[in-house]
Amino acid sequence: MKNELDYIGKSVIRKDALDKVTGEAKYTNDFQEAGTLHANLLISPYAHANIVSIDFSEVWKIPGIKAVLGDEPYPLVGEEIKDRSPIAYKRVRYHGEPVAVVVAETPIIAKRGVDAIKVSYEPLPVVNSPREAFQQDAPLLHEDMESYEKQERVYPIPNTNIANLNKIRKGNIEQGFMESDVVAEFTISFHPSDHAAMETRCAIAEIRPDGTVIFTTSSQAPFALKKLMKWYFGIEPGRVIVKTPIVGGAYGGKASIQLEVIAYLASKATGGRPVKLFNTREEDMITSPVHIGLDATVKLGATRDGMLKAAEIQYLFDGGAYSDKAVDISRAGAVDCTGPYRIDHVWCNCYCMYTNHPYASAYRGYGHSEVLFAFERTMDVLAEKLSMDPLDLRYKNAILPGDTTPTQVLLDSSRVGNLPLCIKRLKELMKWGEGQINEMDGGKIRVKGACCIWKTSTFDPDATSGVILTFNPDGSINLMSGVVEIGTGTKTVLAQILAERMKIDINMIHVKMLVDTQTVPEHWKTVGSRGTFMAGRAVLAAANDAIRQLKDRAACILRAPAEDLQVGYGKVYVADNPDFSIDIKDLAYGYTFPNGNTIGGQIIVSGNYTIPHMTYIDPETGKGDPGPEWTVGAQGMEVELDTRNYTYKILKAYSVIDIGKVLNEKAALGQVMGAMSMGIAFGGRETFVFDDYGRVLNPQLRTYRPLHYGEQPEYIIEFVETPHLAAPYGARGAGEHGLLGMPAALGNCLSSALGVQLNKLPLVPEQLWRISNEVNQ
Amino acid sequence: MKEVSNNPLCSFLLVVNSEENVVTVRPADTLLYALRIHLGLTGSKPGCLNGDCGACTVLVDGTPMKSCLMLAVEGEEKAITTIEGLKNTPIQKAFVKHFAFQCGYCTPGFIMNCHALVHTEKDADETVIKDWLESNICRCTGYKEIREAVISVLHKLKKNE
Repeated sequence: MKNELDYIGKSVIRKDALDKVTGEAKYTNDFQEAGTLHANLLISPYAHANIVSIDFSEVWKIPGIKAVLGDEPYPLVGEEIKDRSPIAYKRVRYHGEPVAVVVAETPIIAKRGVDAIKVSYEPLPVVNSPREAFQQDAPLLHEDMESYEKQERVYPIPNTNIANLNKIRKGNIEQGFMESDVVAEFTISFHPSDHAAMETRCAIAEIRPDGTVIFTTSSQAPFALKKLMKWYFGIEPGRVIVKTPIVGGAYGGKASIQLEVIAYLASKATGGRPVKLFNTREEDMITSPVHIGLDATVKLGATRDGMLKAAEIQYLFDGGAYSDKAVDISRAGAVDCTGPYRIDHVWCNCYCMYTNHPYASAYRGYGHSEVLFAFERTMDVLAEKLSMDPLDLRYKNAILPGDTTPTQVLLDSSRVGNLPLCIKRLKELMKWGEGQINEMDGGKIRVKGACCIWKTSTFDPDATSGVILTFNPDGSINLMSGVVEIGTGTKTVLAQILAERMKIDINMIHVKMLVDTQTVPEHWKTVGSRGTFMAGRAVLAAANDAIRQLKDRAACILRAPAEDLQVGYGKVYVADNPDFSIDIKDLAYGYTFPNGNTIGGQIIVSGNYTIPHMTYIDPETGKGDPGPEWTVGAQGMEVELDTRNYTYKILKAYSVIDIGKVLNEKAALGQVMGAMSMGIAFGGRETFVFDDYGRVLNPQLRTYRPLHYGEQPEYIIEFVETPHLAAPYGARGAGEHGLLGMPAALGNCLSSALGVQLNKLPLVPEQLWRISNEVNQ
Repeated sequence: MKEVSNNPLCSFLLVVNSEENVVTVRPADTLLYALRIHLGLTGSKPGCLNGDCGACTVLVDGTPMKSCLMLAVEGEEKAITTIEGLKNTPIQKAFVKHFAFQCGYCTPGFIMNCHALVHTEKDADETVIKDWLESNICRCTGYKEIREAVISVLHKLKKNE
């Protein structure tokens, strides 16, 4: 039969397209149910202070106030360590921390209420970086650490600011350095920054008379919220219903649970009425969790001919005031603590530090872009010491099937992509052989820089993804998955996978965009570039069941054995004689014989998928199998730098990524390009600016400036396809990878240009000027 | 009687998407607030509420305007177009075809701005396009897709002249 129902690899138009270009797509804050109350936050102006007193008396004089929350010991919350009061109690530990909440009839009255609160603070000494936090005499942020309830496999160290320590011990580090002729050591640091999703976070909570809690929230983790409500408040998961509509950008920032808890407390304070809490941009940037910062030292040893032998690493992640997701981010940073190279001797201490900065959520790449900036900058430092071409050094050491990762996972060609091929293609695309530096007129130089990337996703080993398919009387199929549509188009790709498997017109597949945890099966969390893999496998499992049921049913009617039947093109037909067929629409709701006898009812099938053989990592050595596959890639940049004033323009940005299999070409390109855009901004311009008191000076999109139209470089993207055999059609995760190497590539590029080793982000002209001047003096 | 507000409300006619609406707002309410809360037109998005992001862009007498920077009362006797007022326009089709959106939150604002651009500046070159579009932020795409969508419409309109 005809082949126009092949959907894999095609740029199928997104299922959410029409809603999104007509303004019909509804985000959490677009739901305005009558009777909903509005909450507004009072946030801390200090990074570290005791709350001496709070006076709410003026608030209650304002008509329309329904509740005031604060100055009360609420149950402590946190993703792995319960170290945070949802609304600060007696003490604040970061600038922007919620201090009080006012609930009122309208957002305007709530804001007036907040303005009427009087608070008196007593400032405390501030811990302004993870390195400061690591000092022996640093002020302690959590003196009561030992009393905190925590999950297993998190390793805080009491009487320090260390919220978690993960160790990687592979091989013998002393031996590694003994085998090395050349050693390069490099230290980097950068502050926290922001996701800056265009939709600021929003949560609505209400408590029904039977105690059921209903949330509507802009979250990447609606199913995790159900489980955390049990841990935080003892509410059984069946009593929590979470609805998540279309989400306006997330990038990891909406994987944390924060506003939901505050909205729940606010609802409780008003007798269970629905309460909406919608972040202002300023709150979204500092009150809600941010992109993690990092201080790091990497020491590499290599033989004279450039074979890597040893890597000794210290990562100090800036987890901020509360540990929340930062514990797991630092764990992910430990798992892939090196770049994608064969290194037999690895020693890494990866710390998650408490500081007086806004606390961290996941950020596209989950610790990897951060770690790779440290590691891949050091690789260029090493290349210089070896007088080797930096890409040749990487090619020589590129990780291959048969090598092991830092957590000692033995790789094969399914579990790791083809890095040497990615490097080779990058060199060709960048015309690397023509030289890295080109002098231009007027004091300008053009310079190229590059790096390598890899990433696996460290999900909980029992993370699961489910899909339900129901048939309609017209033979079309409803697809329900717990994947949140955060912008990546994953649900369209799931429809493609289903259409391909069922050989059905994609327009006959209806995707439910809204996630409702009561009626949609769980997808653990929409994070880590795993939607296509896990939900895709669930779709295939469900489709296989649907095909089996359709064949069984059709076998009676077509009077042929089920194994001789095929499903496709809206029919079930006999494989060697397609003239014998029956339309799916006549089967999907039961088949009715002329006399009225009916067999079967609506076809409803399900499937789910859990990645097999995943393990926890060992606390002493890090040994373990935490991720199913590693996407690898090589990235580069070409920059024109004005050596007179240190301004520069990124002309071209390159990515060659082994994506396993391209499922939707334009969607895949869009993911990689968008991620590169974020990575360029993270590397080149975005940071929170902290004053000496730990206050964020730029919590606005005017002073914290993402890339605007016209500032984008030319993007050159190419895919390599080495299939991951466990994944649908071999596809590897690729939602984050475009971002991973951008800061390092930019750093490598500008370091070559200036002849100095740049070690701080973002690489703004002032930074280039300062470091160049320091070196020249 | 307890005094609840010292602000009188104002009622007036607001013409949105060629329809007359009687709105009653506070003098301090922004146009964005009135559109979303009073008229239920939630296509215009709050992204920053101070003009930095452009997600709330609407057309006022055909000119793109950030509706968070304009008071509702200033909209009286003006023709306001929101994303809900655009149906099947070339720029909307081009956004779909060129994958010029991902999460979709900035999309209504971008489309309003682009729609006005292609109809105002028929000969727009790269510089003109940049001048118009740098007022909006898209965090998902690499802007390349949006550029391609705009250029495709400019070409199409030119051909049809």
